[in-house]
Amino acid sequence: MMAESKNLTAISSATSEGLIYKLRSWPFSLKMGIMVIGLVALAGIFAPLLTPYNPIVQDYGSVLLPPSAQHPCGTDNLGRDLFARVLFGARIDLQIGLITTYVPLLYGLALGAIAGYIGGWFDTLLMRLVDVAIAFPFLVLIIVILAILGPGIQNMYIAVFAVAWTMYARLARADMLVIREQEYMLAARALGYGPLRIVFRHALPNLLAPSLVFSMSDIVLNILLASSLSFLGMGVQPPAPEWGAIVADGRDFLLQAWWITTLPGIAIVITGLGFSLIGDGLSRLLGQRYIQTV
Amino acid sequence: MRLLGYIIRRLIQMIPVLIGITLMAFLFVKLLPGDPILILTGGKASPETVAALRAKFGLDQPLYIQYLLFLRNAAQGDLGTSILQRDPVVDIVIERIAPSAFLIAYGSLIAILLTIPFSIISAMRADQPVDHSIRIGGMVTFAMPSFWLGLLLMLLFGLKLKLFPISGWGEGFLGHLKYLFMPSLVIGVYLAPMLIQSLRSSLLEIMQAEYIEAARAKGLSPLRVMLKHVLRNALIPTVTILAVNIGWLIGGSVVIETVFSIPGLGLLLVRSVNYRDYPTIQGLTLVFGVLVMLVNLIADLSYAIIDPRVVYE
Repeated sequence: MMAESKNLTAISSATSEGLIYKLRSWPFSLKMGIMVIGLVALAGIFAPLLTPYNPIVQDYGSVLLPPSAQHPCGTDNLGRDLFARVLFGARIDLQIGLITTYVPLLYGLALGAIAGYIGGWFDTLLMRLVDVAIAFPFLVLIIVILAILGPGIQNMYIAVFAVAWTMYARLARADMLVIREQEYMLAARALGYGPLRIVFRHALPNLLAPSLVFSMSDIVLNILLASSLSFLGMGVQPPAPEWGAIVADGRDFLLQAWWITTLPGIAIVITGLGFSLIGDGLSRLLGQRYIQTV
Repeated sequence: MRLLGYIIRRLIQMIPVLIGITLMAFLFVKLLPGDPILILTGGKASPETVAALRAKFGLDQPLYIQYLLFLRNAAQGDLGTSILQRDPVVDIVIERIAPSAFLIAYGSLIAILLTIPFSIISAMRADQPVDHSIRIGGMVTFAMPSFWLGLLLMLLFGLKLKLFPISGWGEGFLGHLKYLFMPSLVIGVYLAPMLIQSLRSSLLEIMQAEYIEAARAKGLSPLRVMLKHVLRNALIPTVTILAVNIGWLIGGSVVIETVFSIPGLGLLLVRSVNYRDYPTIQGLTLVFGVLVMLVNLIADLSYAIIDPRVVYE
């Protein structure tokens, strides 16, 4: 309880003075992380300028070529340039990571906040749903939903949207139970504001920090999840150059062509490290504990 | 007496979750596109046969009766027949629990063995370069896709150096230890950063306690204080983190089992999804849910027994 109220003051002081003004005092890890993710994003956006090759067109004249001046990362079993595939993969993996994290964050946060504020049957129902969702291993639940819907990126989004909000709902609800009793909430109620206005205008800004910090490790987990699903053949479908799918492509050529499997994995690690650094920096900036967990 | 009350309350709390899990597994098959009887008969049977089959499987009953029938069958150990193997789902699932459990236990052990030295160094040198390096190292391994790390280990130690076998789970206990070393290492490396974070912060917290100061004042060396006094008290919360994340561990093992062809629950799940073996998927949904629930229960109860200060709320 003590820690929570301390966090709240830390956040309010950080926002009132304006985060941008304090750019120079930002933690080193935050700046590093933003730089890494910026570079990955730029690599994805400017991929067509950075490589002359098309990531999907096959070329049977240059199959399984090792890295060289012409193909800096070699080619795969269908003669596609691996550097081009990894670059274009940044578009897919970043997009998946952001969408699968921030869409569920929005309604998870809202649902959790409302449940914590009004309580009653809505709260009970929501928490029972959360309990059941947590009772299953996350990946298993997603795989089972995909077994019903069929593989593919669209269905992967649906499956993640159906499950991933529960973490944020739990976080927001727990914090709401604490801040509901704070004086400014009482003041808002005394002024006669409706519950919707109180939840969204007064409480939600203060619930945001823990979820925002958690969302950084969640992005890493979601990129890993999407690449795992694609690796298993249930997520992004070929020939799209999703990083996990490229690793799977290289699986049968481990000895002949190590580069197909190795390089996209390095891209995932760099991206994940970038988001983890941002999370670490944000937690220092906002006075939150950074937890790398599910 | 209070402990007994806690156990009973904890068991009662499990009931809604259990209903949720069974409802999920039941609805899973109901949500599938297509009529199961038409699929079973290939659409060639006469309307009378179809109606008879429908009655036999209880499909002419209202939905809630069908759910109760499903519960009754599940309680009697009847989860249907696998389409792929033509064997009862229960038998197939049970014979695959052991490899998965071995893998998860082995992986957790490796994770703990990695966690203890790294978190002690981190806590004793808090906010110094060593501590930061360990933290960044943890971020790197946290971001590694398990299937990728698995394939790299397989390439290096399996195919190039030929130190470890690359698939299956071997014969006998020593065989399991050898065959499952690489996949368990992946799980351990994957899990360790999380445990290091938790153990480091509880070590730091306990290092502030007065009885630690007393131990130091006695003139014990810092390392001795750490190992004998701090570590023992800090370890319990870390071990419970393991149990809390068991669902995540099981999820991770699905991918690892596929990479290393370990005949566990995860490989069975992936194969059943690929071959649309719906009865097996349904059975696995139930088993995964119940397993996670039981592990959490055991963790909560053992925590309450180990640490009498736990408030039984």
